[in-house]
Amino acid sequence: MTSTVPRLRDRLLRLAELATTPLVPSDYLDILNPLRAGADLRGRIEEIRPETRDAVTLVIRPGRGWRPHTPGQYVRIGVDVDGVRQWRAYSLTSPADRADGRITVTVKAIPDGVVSNHLVRRARPGTVIQLDQATGDFVLPAERPEKVLFITAGSGITPVMGMLRSALGDQRDLGDIVLLHSAPTSQDVIFAGELRALRGRITLIELHTDTDGMLDVADLGKLVPDFAERETWACGPTGLLDALQAHYTERDLTLRTERFRPTVLVTGDGGTVTFANSNTVVSTDGTGPLLDAGEAAGVLMPSGCRMGICFGCVVPLREGAVRDLRNGALTTAAPGDGVRIQTCVTAAAGDCTIEL
Amino acid sequence: MTALTATSRGPVEHLSAEDIELLGKELDAIRQQILDSRGERDAAYIRKVIDAQRKLELTSRGILLFSLFPPAWLVGTAGLGIAKILENMEIGHNIMHGQWDWMRDPKIHSTTWEWDNASPSAQWKHSHNELHHTYTNVIGKDNDLGYGIMRVDEDQKWHPIYLGQPLWNFVNACIFEYGIAAYDLELGKNLHKRRRKNPEFQARLKQALKKIRGQMTKDYVIHPLLSGPSALTTLTANLTANLIRNLWTHSVIMCGHFPEGVQTFSKKSIDGESRGEWYLRQMLGSANISGGPLMHLMTGNLSYQIEHHLFPDLPSNRYQEIAPKVQELFERYGLTYVSGSLPKQVASAWGKVIRLSLPNDLLDKLGKLTKAVKPA
Repeated sequence: MTSTVPRLRDRLLRLAELATTPLVPSDYLDILNPLRAGADLRGRIEEIRPETRDAVTLVIRPGRGWRPHTPGQYVRIGVDVDGVRQWRAYSLTSPADRADGRITVTVKAIPDGVVSNHLVRRARPGTVIQLDQATGDFVLPAERPEKVLFITAGSGITPVMGMLRSALGDQRDLGDIVLLHSAPTSQDVIFAGELRALRGRITLIELHTDTDGMLDVADLGKLVPDFAERETWACGPTGLLDALQAHYTERDLTLRTERFRPTVLVTGDGGTVTFANSNTVVSTDGTGPLLDAGEAAGVLMPSGCRMGICFGCVVPLREGAVRDLRNGALTTAAPGDGVRIQTCVTAAAGDCTIEL
Repeated sequence: MTALTATSRGPVEHLSAEDIELLGKELDAIRQQILDSRGERDAAYIRKVIDAQRKLELTSRGILLFSLFPPAWLVGTAGLGIAKILENMEIGHNIMHGQWDWMRDPKIHSTTWEWDNASPSAQWKHSHNELHHTYTNVIGKDNDLGYGIMRVDEDQKWHPIYLGQPLWNFVNACIFEYGIAAYDLELGKNLHKRRRKNPEFQARLKQALKKIRGQMTKDYVIHPLLSGPSALTTLTANLTANLIRNLWTHSVIMCGHFPEGVQTFSKKSIDGESRGEWYLRQMLGSANISGGPLMHLMTGNLSYQIEHHLFPDLPSNRYQEIAPKVQELFERYGLTYVSGSLPKQVASAWGKVIRLSLPNDLLDKLGKLTKAVKPA
């Protein structure tokens, strides 16, 4: 009995596939509802709320396939900026169990940030974006520690806000929490009102770096005398996290960090090219196409016209930077970006990894 | 001495090697202008076309469920024919060229798109993008020249078999999608006894047959069956829609390289060809179709065949924008921009097919005869 329903469903699906080939049924269903169950995971931006002069919160209705996140985790979102799909990771700032089923991320515009500036200044409600499931291990353990320290700066507050909001939703005692947060000025503190309203339930230490100066990790003992007894989570700019990490390692203490800004790619002429699936690594000087470099190293490279017109050599660039030999245009990729390149007209412009 | 001017052909004799390199640089600059301004508006365009095409197809197939009623048959067939044309021309052909790869949308990408046509995308991309677009109009290299079954240039040797080519061309037009599939498989060459067993050919043959089976099952079995009492009329509607698409695409494609005034090239002429010379060959080897926005859409902007051949990877919606600049280059470099209305170009291409079914010397005699009858 129980197996007849799935079997019937499989048959109907097969029939639908036969009727829609060479497309698949979802190509047509996506026109009607891109957020339906079974669709690729997407979300619709339903509201955009200003937080500070350069930060907004996006309220997103995720597709039916969304799995609830653990507070502190991040979600990768794919946004079309100027027609080009760009993927970025943002911490979820909503509690895991919002009654309306929506999720939020909070985005701060960073200088030259293609995606962040688009989301803060140009994005409009109604836009459909691509989503991945939430992931990340910057989370509180199931058994909440008695004494906690959060050290955050700028938009580094976002994963912590997700944790605090969840804990508040639990109606439980928050425990002994110290939040040491840095922002340029009082007006630049994201979630300022909400955080300040929590005073009394948590210890909030605000550093306004324009006037107070940057957080010096040597002062940590002065600001939070019992920091060594606290389980600590830190999120902020790379410089701060590096300094904190050194400080904690010296004292043999554990620090959990969340880093978003990827290491800045060193771009130049040439670099080491890794053909991931062929276990082949070659170093190139950046003057010749990747296709030639791969072929010379014995990698089975797809190829065609060898002049950039037939697209027969297109392969995924997992990460790294390449330069178009025709006009010098630079293309960079991070894992998961889904960037594909024509190897016959591109050269390495830094170390890169190709999925071949 | 450039490779192109080394031939006896006249149209480029007035250009020096430096001229041709300069021409190449000017064309590179036109391409760069489009690359620099490519963005949201273009992405919105292709998404809109795909969305409209799918809605049109769904609606037409929906209407054909009631194709027993003649008006439903007529509307549904016309709609489905148009949907199939849009899919093959403005959407499939152009996506497979990588015109939209820059969007990084895996659903609109040259490596993932499979089109509503008998020929598998992978095989089409090889024979079309690689062979035809690289070796455009080079006799013996570009099989699009007469698809290996026709004589479309005086320089191709005549054989009595070509007497039948007007008939084959018509048959090919009616079943064009299978013609393309056979052509992508290089059946003429591969059905030879020695090559038939070649495992690589066998694999491609299997791939093509699978695609054809899927396409036929969809149009001639599943949708008719879904139509219940209208099964038979839906079958004839789908056959007709495919026929409309075949005739239309065949006509458009004939207009691209067959009309009078389009040049062909010998294998030797492309030895050591430079970028500028490659551009020049594309300019001389292609012809445009004049018309309005609807004509451009329905031809997948192959009405801008010249611009497409110069820049096969630029988004099709931008060809009309660069056409005046390209035309200006033609004038400045003293070249002929071949263009004409669809009826004129189709007639011209057919005229060539019929004329070249006869041997050259007979043609000369006929020519003299007509001159004698009609004194100039």
